[in-house]
Amino acid sequence: MCGIVGFMARDARLRDRLGDFVVPMLTCMGERGPDSAGLAVFSEPVEPPLRRYSFYAASREFNWGAFSAQFAADVGASAEVASLASHAIMISAAGPQAVRDWLAARNLPVHLLSVGRTIDVYKDEGHPDQIARRYNFAGLSGTHAVGHTRMATESAVSPAHAHPFTAGEDFCLVHNGSLSNPYSVRRKLEKKGIRFETDNDTEAACRFLEWRMSEGDTLEAALEQAFIELDGFYTLLMATADKLVLVRDAFACKPAVVAETDAYVAIGSEYRALAHLPGVNEARIFEPVPEQIYSWTA
Amino acid sequence: MDRLIELDLARISVRELNQFLHHDLPKTGGGAHVEILNPNGMHNLAVGLDAPAEIDIRGHAGYFIAGMNKQAHLTVHGNVGWSVAENIMSGSVRVKGCASECAAASGHGGLVVIEGDASSRCGISMKGCDIVVGGSVGHMSAFMAQAGTLVVCGDAGAGLGDSLYEALIYVRGTIHGLGADAREEPMTADDRARVAGLLDKAGFPAHEAAGFKRVASARSLYHWHADAEQEY
Repeated sequence: MCGIVGFMARDARLRDRLGDFVVPMLTCMGERGPDSAGLAVFSEPVEPPLRRYSFYAASREFNWGAFSAQFAADVGASAEVASLASHAIMISAAGPQAVRDWLAARNLPVHLLSVGRTIDVYKDEGHPDQIARRYNFAGLSGTHAVGHTRMATESAVSPAHAHPFTAGEDFCLVHNGSLSNPYSVRRKLEKKGIRFETDNDTEAACRFLEWRMSEGDTLEAALEQAFIELDGFYTLLMATADKLVLVRDAFACKPAVVAETDAYVAIGSEYRALAHLPGVNEARIFEPVPEQIYSWTA
Repeated sequence: MDRLIELDLARISVRELNQFLHHDLPKTGGGAHVEILNPNGMHNLAVGLDAPAEIDIRGHAGYFIAGMNKQAHLTVHGNVGWSVAENIMSGSVRVKGCASECAAASGHGGLVVIEGDASSRCGISMKGCDIVVGGSVGHMSAFMAQAGTLVVCGDAGAGLGDSLYEALIYVRGTIHGLGADAREEPMTADDRARVAGLLDKAGFPAHEAAGFKRVASARSLYHWHADAEQEY
């Protein structure tokens, strides 16, 4: 079991309160996934050539000041770093490959969680409630967010194995379920030079979709391929810079509930995760049907 | 005269609610009317009732609502999650909105009415209850259903009645595929009377009884044929 949540503020006035809406959703779904949690938040894009980078450090006492100074000295690009405990967001004009190469060259105990112009990702071990407080999720703002509470069934409990998974830029995915063929998907992708960071099944789905998109597919077209390629149980919730996309596999035995109003779109594994939202009693509430692609644009 | 008892889940826990319904409600001697407020999608509400009471749940509720119900007549004024009225024995459970998967799964008796849609696996393994769905049902509904009647006023998803035993299924809309050993059969006068009777019990207009199709078991999976051409 795992829990998934998603929220998109259609009414721009709700964007400042994104964290207020999402934290109770995530905490409620802690009952479905108490071992780790994560959240991806999408906000106004930074201007090119700037990008946003989210990092996770193994220690909560990690010296992010020294990290940013070292980065500027080594890479020769300015870096604005905002940090909280093990987590930091860096805004820099340096490209993704330069950042990855630098992390590898310096051999720092830091994991790159996400890259893009709009996305920030947080993930960590522990109860979702603790994680939300640790990183002050309640104070987050943005256009849309995707969260996950994990009950690990097929690979280790670690921050890297927590969801959301990311691949490419401004794309993330959370998954409730389990895939039966992640290794065959992975072998296909590795032959194309695509690198994996964990042995988690969800990472295979995430990198498969990103590979299709890098080949020119829309996310929707990539999902049509995924219905053929991925074997197993899944409810997948994905986000890009301006979209939330939701699908369930053909058996649809992993749940999802959607509540839509003029002001927002909210998605949860269970209705109780949405019960606190304003106006939810008047919302259009429905259960997504198998193998149909649901997409909402911010 | 009904005695109205209000139980507010904003004030008491699900466990306190169910303990009241199990231990205190039967002592009221029948005829009680219980209103459950602020369900907010909570699970396991009013499970295991065994008292002739009227229960109203005011709002959307979660999983396993009214499981194993006996005698009580319960109405949910909203949607429910998975497995509403699972293993219902008698009495009735009505959902004014939609139900998620496995509505009335393995129900032995009583009546389950879903006024909106029911999701996949509605009536899975039903053993004698009656189910009336005002809208449509999802895939694999009435899978291995043994006894009782499933009436679907809308459409039925793929794999309807797979491995069906002696339960009967009536569908007015489109059937998006029959499961193994389920087949469509001619409607008889008895079938029409049965559908009309259940629609009436469910409180749906009787004129809606026309145009149903009957689905029942072809009974070819009842026995294992060791000498049949099994391709395993």
